[in-house]
Amino acid sequence: MADDLVLEMRGITKEFPGIVANDNVSFELARGEVHALLGENGAGKSTLMNILYGLYKPDAGEIRLRGKPHTFTSAKDAIEAGIGMVHQHFMLIPVMTVAENIVLGNEPVREGVLLDEAGAEERVRSLSQQFGLAVDPGSLVSQITVGQQQRVEILKALYRGAEILILDEPTAVLTPQEATELFGIIRSLQADGKSIIFISHKLNEVLQIADRITVLRRGKTIETVPREGATQESLARAMVGREVLLRVDKPPASPGDVLLEVEDLHVVDDRGIEKVSGVSFSVRAGEIVGIAGVDGNGQTELIDALTGLRRAASGVVRVAGREYVHATPREMIVAGVGHIPEDRQRRGLVLEFSIAENIALHDYAEPPAAKWGWLFPARLVERARTLIRQFDVRGGGPLTRAGGLSGGNQQKVVAAREIARDPKVLIAAQPTRGLDVGAIEYLHRRLVEERDEGRGILLISLELEEILSLSDRILVLYEGRIAGEHAGEVSEEQIGLEMLGGGRAAAA
Amino acid sequence: MTEPGPDIPPVSPEEAAATGTLVSRLSLRQRSGGIVVPVFTVIVAFLIGGAVVAATGHNPLTTYHDIFNGAGLNWFGHPTTNTAGTAPYNLTQTLLVTTTLILTGLAVAFAFRCGMFNIGGQGQYFVGLFVANWIGASWAGMAPLPHILIGIGAATLAGAIWAGIAGFLKAAVGAHEVISTIMLNWIAIWVGTYLFGDGGPLQNSANKALPISNDVTPSAQLPVFWGDQQLQGLHIGFFVALAALVAFWLILNRTTLGYEVRAVGFNPDAAAYGGIDVKKNLVRAMAISGAFAGLAGGLDMLGYAYRIGVSDIPVSAVGFLGIAVALLGRNTAVGTGLSALLFGALLYGTTHGLQSGQIDPQLAGNLTYIIQGLIVLFVGADVLILYVWNSRRRLRRRQQVAA
Repeated sequence: MADDLVLEMRGITKEFPGIVANDNVSFELARGEVHALLGENGAGKSTLMNILYGLYKPDAGEIRLRGKPHTFTSAKDAIEAGIGMVHQHFMLIPVMTVAENIVLGNEPVREGVLLDEAGAEERVRSLSQQFGLAVDPGSLVSQITVGQQQRVEILKALYRGAEILILDEPTAVLTPQEATELFGIIRSLQADGKSIIFISHKLNEVLQIADRITVLRRGKTIETVPREGATQESLARAMVGREVLLRVDKPPASPGDVLLEVEDLHVVDDRGIEKVSGVSFSVRAGEIVGIAGVDGNGQTELIDALTGLRRAASGVVRVAGREYVHATPREMIVAGVGHIPEDRQRRGLVLEFSIAENIALHDYAEPPAAKWGWLFPARLVERARTLIRQFDVRGGGPLTRAGGLSGGNQQKVVAAREIARDPKVLIAAQPTRGLDVGAIEYLHRRLVEERDEGRGILLISLELEEILSLSDRILVLYEGRIAGEHAGEVSEEQIGLEMLGGGRAAAA
Repeated sequence: MTEPGPDIPPVSPEEAAATGTLVSRLSLRQRSGGIVVPVFTVIVAFLIGGAVVAATGHNPLTTYHDIFNGAGLNWFGHPTTNTAGTAPYNLTQTLLVTTTLILTGLAVAFAFRCGMFNIGGQGQYFVGLFVANWIGASWAGMAPLPHILIGIGAATLAGAIWAGIAGFLKAAVGAHEVISTIMLNWIAIWVGTYLFGDGGPLQNSANKALPISNDVTPSAQLPVFWGDQQLQGLHIGFFVALAALVAFWLILNRTTLGYEVRAVGFNPDAAAYGGIDVKKNLVRAMAISGAFAGLAGGLDMLGYAYRIGVSDIPVSAVGFLGIAVALLGRNTAVGTGLSALLFGALLYGTTHGLQSGQIDPQLAGNLTYIIQGLIVLFVGADVLILYVWNSRRRLRRRQQVAA
């Protein structure tokens, strides 16, 4: 394999003011190889790929393409050299068909000016058959699933003659079933001699699909290892630089009183469409209840209704026995509901505020933060200093702007604020989205600790693995209804089925 | 005016790439209320204004020197020796305008900090002016202190209500404040025209032929501490305006009300999540904004104007100038104070400093507008300035690549 290298990056160094993003990084890719690039957020994966894709110019180092030195100056350059990139966020035009999206920028034409629609569809069809990427060229992009949209992105790259495909966190948006299908596609591309760079921070996936794995940490290549012999533990250690506890160490739950009770809750969204249709469940003290589901099945509306951010159409919410109907966010906060929101940047934090000001977001008007409407910034700072230490927030002090922190540290600020109020119920919505291994480990451990403190924890996540590893009970939300409930051991496949609405049929 | 740049260690290479460039540092500074862009804006505006003067065949340096002296700013060079000439008088006039502009500027800045654009400073100023005139011209012979306090208080309240209407409409039905404040401006203008016009209820009671108001009685007139009361001396309202700057800063940074205003201004979603009543804050912030403008109207009426003529109403633009003042001052207390002084000096300095006959009076008056216009243009176009900066960098990089 080594003598058939399609890409060599040697000694790549890229410095930004104040930081070395890539420090003498080397990376190579053989023909027909899947090479995973593994690293925490900020390890330098994106910088390296942006250099390869012609978006950054390296300060030092050499890129060889099929043995010849090559300098990329733009993405166009890279595409012409046979490099294709599938971004995490798709760049498709929803109102155009699959075929139109794929040929965009390089359209087959009829009579010099007209788009050869039939020809385009034909070429897309043959391409999709060749690689086993089933999509209907005539469908509108807005009408196909996320998994299919990803295939369209891959086809787009192949259409432009890509020999090297960069897949940036490709499974982040997929269900487990879709991810399995994607791996099938990757295998068939591989069999066809394409080379694939698979960027991820999910260890199990990497071990499943990659031939070789290169781990980056703080801009340096830590190791390049073959899949054989690598374990999740060894990779995590290389990524983080210390031993990482991957499995959540969780003593059995000892549930107490019911702290949160939801009865026949109905919630409609802004467009008047019912998104939560008669959901009932309860959360006891000292247990973690996980809600699994594909994005958009009513999770957001459910959380909003429980926290007072949205009026429920009907139904009852009880916190520690007290009933709350059409409560305001403030009433729910006072009732003892803590909330780590799913979008920490849009809702969880005022990015322009300092850490101290953000920590005071719920109780800025109560003593000791304030008295008679007069604010005492020094006291906010004092308390923030304590919580920063307690929750191990790094990257700044109490007066640092929250927007200047990394995602993991931003989330720690949110968690610190919510937990410090000593809530009875803690709603954690996608608490580890976009975070790296170290931060995920911390937050998971913390949630279990808070459970053991006697709080009732409602965990809503799109990451099935997270739900499975943390929850004492699991509910599956599908189209606004509870499609499954599991207290003991349950397989990933069963939940995956229920997430797609197949649970009842399969159970029957 | 904290500069958060240096104390944040870059957390990741990607982020370092985003925060490391000159442009992003600049924009960070600017977001945090820095002074680079405003100063740059003023310099460029003056340069282009100078080019316009030069194009008409005059010496820009002499012109600016005349404006400087016309605004009375030369007084600072020799405050004790040259108290005779025109400098002290000019300075008092500049500071009179500055007083008004500080308050109309704060009226825009406060709403801005809550995420709203108050275009209605002019209308709020008018209602303050009208109410102060009505109260100041009534109850002759009342004790001065209560008369003044009631007059100023009522003017402030009137401005608050006027702006509060726009805030309420936004909170209740989502009517955009830009539209509603503009409409409220016109309502104020026509109400004033009716009140003080021919046959209006508040028209001059002595001379029914004139469309002007009654005069504010001496008991309601603000004490003048510098200059002659008969010749528009500088009244104590100047200190009220300075106190308003301090109050503005204190409210925003040292009260829970200000915390809510800023949270809503930066991120209404996060504010609502935090338990803050966003709608209540929209109404309240608009009302406080309007209070500043109403106060400006009250001080002007009881401080030096004493009466209002219908023909004066369409001419007044201090409310609109407040927008430029706030924009240039980056909606901060210190910035608003400084830019109010700059605009005050420009306004008075151009109209009175360029009357030497050397410069066409037409040009003299319009030069103010040219410079104001340029400043507003550049303040609004700071994105453009940053873009130019950015493309210079891109060009350089391209040259490196080519080489």
